[in-house]
Order: sequence, then C-alpha cells, then structure tokens
Amino acid sequence: MSDMRTPLAKVRGLGSAKEGTDHFWRQRLTAVSNVPLTLFFVGLLIALSGGNFADVRASLSNPFVGLVLALFMISGLYHMRIGMQVIIEDYIHGEGLKILLVMLNTFFAIAVGVASIFALLKLAFGG
Amino acid sequence: MSKSTATQTARARPLSPHLSVWRPTITYVMSFAHRATGAALYFGTLLVAAWLITAATSESAFNTVQWIFGSWVGRVVLLGYTWALMHHMLGGLRHLMWDTGAALEKHKASKLGWATIIGSVTLTILIWAVGLAVRGGF
Ligand code: HEM
Repeated sequence: MSDMRTPLAKVRGLGSAKEGTDHFWRQRLTAVSNVPLTLFFVGLLIALSGGNFADVRASLSNPFVGLVLALFMISGLYHMRIGMQVIIEDYIHGEGLKILLVMLNTFFAIAVGVASIFALLKLAFGG
Repeated sequence: MSKSTATQTARARPLSPHLSVWRPTITYVMSFAHRATGAALYFGTLLVAAWLITAATSESAFNTVQWIFGSWVGRVVLLGYTWALMHHMLGGLRHLMWDTGAALEKHKASKLGWATIIGSVTLTILIWAVGLAVRGGF
C-alpha cells in the first residue's frame, strides 16, 4: 500500500493537524510586520531617553505614536505566542503539561496585550 | 578473531563524532541564539507593559519603574533587552531570506551568522550611544 491519503486531502494540504502551514505562515507574517514596528519602538525610546513622566505621557498620547505602539504590541505578542508554542512543543513531551503550558502561553500573551492596549487607550482618551 | 586484533581495531577507530567532543559552529550557535533571544523577548514584554501601564496610571509608580530601569541592574537588563531585540530581528531577517531559498549554502550561511552577531552588537552600541547622547550623559 503506497498512500492512504485521498486526492482531496492532498489538494487541501492541511495535514493531520488540519492547519497546514498556517502556523508557519503567521510566524512569517508577524516577523515582517515586527521589523518596522520594532524600529519605531526603538526610535521612540531613544527620543524619550531621560524624559520624565510628563514627557513620556505627552508622547504616548499622540494618536500616531499610540496607534503604532498598539500595532507593535499586537504584532509582537501574536508572534511571540506562536513562537513560544513551538518551543513548548519541542521540549515538553507529556501531553497534560504541554497542553497546560500552551494554554498559559496564550493567557500570558492576552493579559500583557490587553493591559498594554488599555494603557495606550487611557493615555489617548482619558488623560 | 583474537582478542588483540579486536583491541587494535577498536583503537584505530575515530572517536569523533562523539557526544562530548565537538566544536560549536557559527550556524548552530546563531540558531540557538535566535530561540534564546525570542524567549528572552517574550518576558521582556513585561518591561514594556510595566512602562506603558505606569505611564498611564501613576506618576509615583512610573518613577519607581524609571528608577529600577536606571539602576545598574536595570541598565544591564535593558542593555540585554536591546541586544536581544536587535539580534532576534537580524536573525529573523536571515530566516526570511532563507525562506526564499537564498543563502542556504554552507559558506554563505556561516557568513550570515557572523553578520548577525556583528550587526546586533554594532546596532546595540549605536542605540545606546545615541540614547545616552539624547539624555545628555550617563
Ligand atoms: C523584530 C523583528 C522580528 C523578526 C524579524 C522576527 C522573526 C522571527 C522568525 C522568522 C521566527 C521563526 C524562526 C524559526 O522558524 O525557527 C521567530 C521566532 C520567534 N520569535 Fe521572533 N521576530 C521578531 C521579533 C520578535 C519579538 C519582539 C519577540 C518577543 C516579544 C519574538 C519572539 C519570538 C519567539 C519566542 C520565537 C520562537 C523561537 C523558536 O522557535 O526558536 N520575536 N522570530
């Protein structure tokens, strides 16, 4: 017997996890968006170097700065969540612990993301 | 087969590859460094979040965070964060290049590895030099 896969399964190319290359692709997509966003973030930190509370708030409440920083957090956190999932799957082989860590990984990314975006929105709208 | 021949054959065998006798290659070290910096940046997001949240909510908490960032330990951590970010970014660009099928040959991959480490150290020094200049000193 050579191949048990149906022609349809081969054309779909989704494999046994039914995800195909989705994970790989999203890692690449966010890697590309991370580059300009990271450069902006680093540039902002340089510009704010030595700035006090008022300086930092003034800068972060600028709509453009706030928007780009929100994108930086979303892109970065999404990217690191799927990246860390690969690391977990590579090293943790117990099924229960693996599922637990993959869940905690998602919770961590969402918690950091929601808190950061809330902070940016508060700076933009709430003062 | 006599015992002495067996010993001689065993002695003549090369000992390498061996689990503990090996030389790290630049491609291997950079591969590990990409994963290690990715994991370090993962926890580094907590620093970014702490900065944003305190900036949005409380001047005293913000000043505490700034004070920690400005301490010696804080500066070493931030310097490491800067390097990890630059190193992972350059290493990631290298991955994206490989995804197109380019520069996968052995000597080219090694050159890229060296370029990644030299590039990330250079960028880190530049960022801190400009940052300290903007700040007006140490
Ligand atoms: C700055 C631009 C960035 C680029 C170009 C980039 C690129 C990449 C690429 C291409 C991979 C996949 C490597 C592979 O398949 O072996 C990757 C993995 C990863 N990245 Fe990034 N990344 C960037 C920023 C970040 C940031 C900001 C974080 C964390 C907050 C991060 C965390 C990770 C993690 C945890 C992995 C998984 C590492 C592994 O599987 O070995 N990356 N990155």
